[in-house]
This record gives sequence, structure tokens and C-alpha cells, in this order.
Amino acid sequence: MIKERQLNTFVLGLLILIPIWAYLNDEPFIITLMTRAVIFAIAAVGLNLALGIGGFISFGHAAFFGLGGYVMGILAWHSQSYVTLIEWPIIFEGTKSMPLIWIITILLSALLAAIIGMISLKTTGVYFIMITLAFAQMMYYFSTSWSAYGGEDGLSIYMRNSFPGLNTLDPIQFFIICCTILFIVLFFMGRLIKSPFGLALNASRQSRQRVEAVGFDFHKLQLTAFILSGAITGLAGALFADLNRFVSPSMFSWQLSGEFIVFIIIGGVGRLFGPVIGALIFVWLEHSIGGISDYWHIFLGLILLAIVLFGKGGIIGLVCREDTQNE
Amino acid sequence: MNEPILEAKKLCKTFGSLVAVQDVSLDINKNEIHAIIGPNGAGKSTLIAQICGSLISDEGSVFLASKNITNLSTEKRASLGIGRTFQISALAKEDSVLQNAILGAVGASGKRWGFFKPILKDTVLRDQAEHCLEMVGLKDLMNQKTATLSHGQLRLLEVAIALTLKPKVFIMDEPMAGLGSDGTKQLTKFLDKLREQAPILLVEHDMDAVFALANRITVLDYGRVIASDKASSIKKNPIVQKAYLGEG
Repeated sequence: MIKERQLNTFVLGLLILIPIWAYLNDEPFIITLMTRAVIFAIAAVGLNLALGIGGFISFGHAAFFGLGGYVMGILAWHSQSYVTLIEWPIIFEGTKSMPLIWIITILLSALLAAIIGMISLKTTGVYFIMITLAFAQMMYYFSTSWSAYGGEDGLSIYMRNSFPGLNTLDPIQFFIICCTILFIVLFFMGRLIKSPFGLALNASRQSRQRVEAVGFDFHKLQLTAFILSGAITGLAGALFADLNRFVSPSMFSWQLSGEFIVFIIIGGVGRLFGPVIGALIFVWLEHSIGGISDYWHIFLGLILLAIVLFGKGGIIGLVCREDTQNE
Repeated sequence: MNEPILEAKKLCKTFGSLVAVQDVSLDINKNEIHAIIGPNGAGKSTLIAQICGSLISDEGSVFLASKNITNLSTEKRASLGIGRTFQISALAKEDSVLQNAILGAVGASGKRWGFFKPILKDTVLRDQAEHCLEMVGLKDLMNQKTATLSHGQLRLLEVAIALTLKPKVFIMDEPMAGLGSDGTKQLTKFLDKLREQAPILLVEHDMDAVFALANRITVLDYGRVIASDKASSIKKNPIVQKAYLGEG
């Protein structure tokens, strides 16, 4: 048994050392795989705030992931095809600048999360799961029928978007961008969990009466968590679309929402690094077993089954002893 | 000066055809313990829920320090100064004892919307939480996970959290339930002093504790007040003896 902090450091080490090794040995594909894992990790870290800390299981986080993808796709498509996106009040022709795309993505994802959250957080339990799924499915079918932006075929972006001072088409440089964002998100999430808001959100999952009796507005806590959660997952979506230089309705699919939940369960629900570990393992399995058989999800299912049955704290729960919480 | 701290006026609550609380009025003054007693199903818990805001009253109103709080939410009432303990412990059991206590301190502090600063490093709130734990004798256990506490210790933690709120009035729903006789004695002694900090509305089944503590007692039966008077008079009241205390 080791301390959770030691495991986290080990994971951070992997995130840095594997790409360096791949870079030195000229294995760009490994770097791309790691980038994929890192982006999935960001998405699941976002979901973990709602699901793990807040305790409301969103089965529709692909709505934000897909929104992020389409925000990137639409902005970049307008820019590459010289079609004006907005003519009033200002003329806006889209953009290929990553930082600008990220800001717009975060704002729009937060707005979508506020709308979905205000409606779905009136329900709990299985109804909440279903209503979030329903919203994501609405987004999915909307995107398949939105022919202006490719409909079912999606949108291809010929050139990866730009980041000042970096060549984003170089796998290692794009990895560095994504990994830095993951570290920033993890840093803020780590602080958030220990902040007054994090403490209250965590307590609200365990006893609604308790947080209300000490003066917290239960709904505001949940809604705030949901908005932050959606914004982070949305940002991951924009990165994912940039990684593939392609966005399609599949980014809204319910399978993807389910996979985010799987990352969290494999790694450890409510643990800071749980989603990161889960995403790394998922992408590794997808690559290694997926190469042998198309039915690799069977093995993923077995692992998930084993973890749910024998180790409720996920990988982190199995490997780490419980820390004192007052440090 | 003699304004009551908490006042309930003609509260009513029905569930379908069941009248749970009917025209119940009561008040609590400074330095006072006002006990509510009555058989099971008399409407005590419903009344508490109406006063604290978890149930909406059909009729009647609640005043806290002369402010009408009838239409406010539970959390608003809590931040205005209602410190409640629950009959069935409502605690974050996966968190540490200190985290539970500090949650109360945060709730009362107005620092509720902090997103960045670690709360356990806030020395003012942490000292306040530790002090309240010390008052109920739980400070040695503050690093433990709350789920590992005994039933009696959980009851005390409920009280400690209410203390961190520095409320205008305490509302305690059966704080003695499940405590051993030693625990009851200790808590009785503690509440006896606590009334000087803020008055207490006490719902309790332990009659020894009630008569040892209460300045006034309101007796409920079938949702109505059948008697409300000084503790000494209630003991002698024949209607009360018949309905509740049992003759002989």
C-alpha cells in the first residue's frame, strides 16, 4: 500500500516520461496515443466533479464534449473556407487560434451546462441519468441533421489550429499543449476540492440536510459544480477535435458519455487522479488489445466488473491506503 | 428586551386528511430552554421541520428575532441564526470529524463561495471548529473519519456543528436519543450551560433530562398544544399526566 500522493506523482511521471521516450525513439504514434489519453483525462476530470464529488451521475457529458468539438470545428471551418460566421454586430470570420477557440468553448459549454443543469438538477438518481442522456441525444440528432456543418459526415479541418509560438502539427508540441492544460485543470481541481466550495459539495453528496442546516444553498452548489464540470469537458472536446482535425456527431454519442464514466470508475470515483488513471488504462487497452481483436470491449468489461465487485475505490482504492483528510 | 428570540404563531400542517400540526404557537426567550414533549406522532418533528424550513407550513408564521422567516428557505434560516441538530444524524460520514465541524464554521462565516483557498488552512475557522469540538469533548477524535464514531459521538458532533454556527437559537431534535445514561447526564450538564449562549428549543423523550433542563414545557398531542407552562406546573397538570406522563 502506498500513499495516494505517491501514486499521483508516478502517474504524472508517466505522462511526462512516455512521450519523451517516444520522441527520442521517433514513435509519433505513441505520442498521439498519449495525447488522446490526456484529452480523455481532461474530459473525465470535468465529469468527476459532478459525478464523483457532487454525486450526480451525468450520463450526458458527451453533450459538452461534442459542443467543444463543434465550436472548434465551426470556427475553424469558417476561417479555412473564408465564409463569414457572424455579420452583425461585428464581422467575425471564424478563427484558427487555439486560445480564442478555447475561451469561446468554455463560455458556451458553461452556458449549455447552466441550461441543462437548471432543468435536470430538479431530478435525482435514475431520472437525472436519463434526462442528461436525453439532452446529449438531442444534441447528437441535431448535429446529424445540421447539413450546413456536414450533418452525419461531420467537418474536416485541414490544418490543426494554431498556438502562438508553437508548431501544433508536430505531435510532441501538441501533446505539450494538451498535457499542460491537463496539469492546470488538475491543479485547480485539487484546490477546488479542498476549498469551502469543494468541502460543501462533497458534504452535499452525503447529506443534503447537513449542508442546508449550515446555510448552503443545495441547488446552487450542484448547479455551480455542473457548470464547471461541463466547461472543462467542453474544453477537452475542442482539443479532441483538434487532435483528429475532424469533428462528427459521434462526439455527442452516448457511448462516449459512458466511457467517461468508465474512466472514473476504473481510476477511482471522486479521486483527483482517478479519471487520469482510467483514461490512460482505457487508451492503452484500446491500443494493445484492440489491435488483437475488434471485440476488445469484452476485456474492458471484465476489468470493469472486477473493479466494481472487488475494489470499489477503483485502481486508487486498491493501491493506496486512506490518507488522513485533515492535512 | 423581552422580545422572544423565536416565535411560532398558529402553525398548521396537514398531510392529506391527517392533521399533523394544528394552531401551534410557542415562543422562546433569552437564556431559556423550552422543551416540547408529546407521544410519538404528536407532531413534534413536523413542528420542528416547519420552524427550520424543511416543511412549508399551510398556515401560520415563524419569527426569528422579530423578523418574519416564514417564507425563507432552510439555508436562509440557518444563516440568519437557526442552529439545528437532527433526530437522525445528518453528517458527511466519509469526511473527517473536523471537516464536518469546519463545514458549519464556513457556512456561518460568509466564506461559502471560496473556490481556491484550502479551508483547513483557514486558521480562524479551523480554531473555531476545533474549539467547538473541544466543548463537546470530541477534539481528540477530529482526525477520524466520521463513520468510525459511535452513535453517542455522532450525536455530540451534531451539537458541535450547531455550535460552530453561533446561532441565535438552537433547535435540538432528540439530542439524547441513544445516548447511555452517562452520556445523557453529560449532555444535560452541557445544555444547561449552553442556554446562556443561546436559548434552546428542545424536543426530547427523556423526561428526567426534560424536567432537569426546561424552563417551560409545551405538550403536544394529536398536533395540538394541550398544555404550555412552566416546567413545575406541567408536572402537576392533570391533563398532561393523563395524556402523556401516565398516571402513577
